[in-house]
Amino acid sequence: MDRRNFLIKTIGIGAAATLGNTNESVATPINVLSEDRMGVLVDTTVCVGCRNCEWACRNSHNIPTPPLEDYKNRSVFKEFRRPKEYSYTVVNEFSNPQNPLLPIDVKFQCMHCDKPACVSACIVGSIDKLPNGSVVWNSEKCIGCRYCMVACPFQIPAFEYLTPIEPSIRKCDFCIERTKEGKLPACVEICPVEALIYGKRSEIIKIARDKIKRNPQRYIKHIYGEYEVSGTSWIYISSREFDKIGFPKLSNKHAPGVSEAIQHGIFAYFVPPVLFYSMLGTLMWINKRKKELDVEEESNES
Amino acid sequence: MNHNINPVPLSGLYKVRPFFTPGVIILTLIALNGLVFVALRFIFGIGYVTNLSNEYPWGIWIGIDVATGVALAAGGFTTAALGHIMHREEYHSIVRPALLTAMLGYTFVALGVVIDIGRWYYVWHPLIYWNPNSALFEVGICVMIYLTVLYIEFLPIVTERFMGRVNFPKFLKFLNKPVEWLLEKLDKGLSKTMFIFIIAGVVLSTLHQSSLGTLMIIAGEKMHPLWQTPVLPLLFFLSAVSVGFPMVIFESVIASKSFGLKPEEKILKKLGNMVAPILLIYLAFKIGDMFIRETFHYLFELNIHSIMFLIEVIVGVIVPLFMFLSRKAIKSLTITFWASVLVIFGIVINRFNNFIVAYHPPYSFKPYIPSIGEISVTIGFVALLILLYRAFVMFFPIISVQPKNNAQIITANNYEVLNEK
Ligand code: SF4
Ligand code: SF4
Repeated sequence: MDRRNFLIKTIGIGAAATLGNTNESVATPINVLSEDRMGVLVDTTVCVGCRNCEWACRNSHNIPTPPLEDYKNRSVFKEFRRPKEYSYTVVNEFSNPQNPLLPIDVKFQCMHCDKPACVSACIVGSIDKLPNGSVVWNSEKCIGCRYCMVACPFQIPAFEYLTPIEPSIRKCDFCIERTKEGKLPACVEICPVEALIYGKRSEIIKIARDKIKRNPQRYIKHIYGEYEVSGTSWIYISSREFDKIGFPKLSNKHAPGVSEAIQHGIFAYFVPPVLFYSMLGTLMWINKRKKELDVEEESNES
Repeated sequence: MNHNINPVPLSGLYKVRPFFTPGVIILTLIALNGLVFVALRFIFGIGYVTNLSNEYPWGIWIGIDVATGVALAAGGFTTAALGHIMHREEYHSIVRPALLTAMLGYTFVALGVVIDIGRWYYVWHPLIYWNPNSALFEVGICVMIYLTVLYIEFLPIVTERFMGRVNFPKFLKFLNKPVEWLLEKLDKGLSKTMFIFIIAGVVLSTLHQSSLGTLMIIAGEKMHPLWQTPVLPLLFFLSAVSVGFPMVIFESVIASKSFGLKPEEKILKKLGNMVAPILLIYLAFKIGDMFIRETFHYLFELNIHSIMFLIEVIVGVIVPLFMFLSRKAIKSLTITFWASVLVIFGIVINRFNNFIVAYHPPYSFKPYIPSIGEISVTIGFVALLILLYRAFVMFFPIISVQPKNNAQIITANNYEVLNEK
């Protein structure tokens, strides 16, 4: 299947997946892990660091941006940058020990985790994991506590610290508004070299494995995001170890696991708190009675 | 029943002394300075007064004002459990001061949350939007309910203060009777149902004291392994229980000093006697956990983490443990007092370590150091809390005065008469 065809087919699936079952109760966040969730494969060996995706991202999210030409300026690569409030995605450049003339450029953004820590953490359930794979923040519920930022293993959610009223959590939303309409995410659409491949997560993992198998000297044997924190929607392949090109070293266990287990243990259908309450009540009653009995006895004796 | 317990409003005793002593004036200035920064935060945003960033989303407002505040207010539920649930009447005299600390403490915890969250006007959102997976959700809900419970527990003190002497100025005079009637009904209803709230207070405290420990677990690898452990909730609960009585001892001694009263030595020493076993259990879990997770080797890397950890455990747990165990603690209140100070210090450092020192984001460009504004607000709140405590014990019957030691004793009932002279 050539890439164009693949894309056209997958856009359809992506759009269909966003329309999946979202009519869950408003009381809890939507947190579904659909078989058909979408993802993006980032081939860092293909990326040329043109930063067009940075422009497209701002442009499609109505964030003021300098003209596209300005993004050709490669001096920004001198410092390591991170996604933040008004740039949901950034490209960083790393040296390539195998070929110094061909530095490694790495686009980074929210990974849209399969088991997102931010969704589990949010106090009011303001962040949803939607059936199409995207992890999306909603404004209505958010109280600005920034617990999602504490929880995210990739340090992605950013906060408008200088906004006194209605500050927002800001991060990549996987272009949910575009994919709903059957369009590609803005960054994927603009990428001139096909470094970003949008598709069903299960499909792009196959593509990634295939690429590595066909070109073993080009890639290391590691698909970042296939297993990290139990899997992410965005996955990466590279010619250099991932911790050398700006990725955190993470275990395969997902972050919410332990804390959710503890939470549910303490609160299992409210049984433990209620039991504890009755236990204390009984104790209180017995102790009070004991005192009264003592008093009774004393007055009987005298 | 209330044999030697006789809480009175202290202003009756001290009507000659002005409220504004030099100490009070200094505290007022510190509080005002803090409030200036609070105002700036509301006008220009959190980033204007704090050093918080996308790397370090939580600073001392959460780590100290909220987390440490909750721990240090634990005296409220530990004394309630001792005095009311175990029904040990000899401790009733400390229940009210501890309740006041808890009530004021939690009020300031709530204020701390309000200034720290970006959309403070939505602070009530957890009541209608639930996420049961979130540890913070549980802490938020429990603290909200517990704060209400604390206010209810405090109500009888208010009715006691006003019952029988409702006295509105002239044109509102017609209100006297109905208000008096209302107070009486309230008092009756409260004394019948109070046990419900007292037990609820203990349950809620147990829940959120431990869930406060669950908070940082989701930060996973961002937390230094010396602190990151799945038993954090248990450690938080045990340490909160262990600091409950030391906090009561500390306050009681300080309050007696500043009001020129005799501290209730015997009761305080007895309380101190109960601290050692709890500290021992806490220490056992803390060290046992280190064995299981094999984290001892981190102690030999000489850095901020190992040093802070050692200070927390040695100065804050082991030394006071030995002090409480020593025979001298039986004889002298001074030892008990200083041991209590160390336990409190240990908990403050522990919470600070857990929320600030241990937190290491994967990408950090410059370390987090609290700004002048953050520190000003934190100590400003502490100053404000002390001032309010002082005002409350002056106005409400909270602190018990032992009759034989004080010739000038005024009971709650003739208080008004004396005050008018
Ligand atoms: S990378 Fe962070 S913000 Fe994005 S889904 Fe995962 S936990 Fe949430
Ligand atoms: S800042 Fe908003 S989105 Fe993040 S955890 Fe708090 S309420 Fe949820």
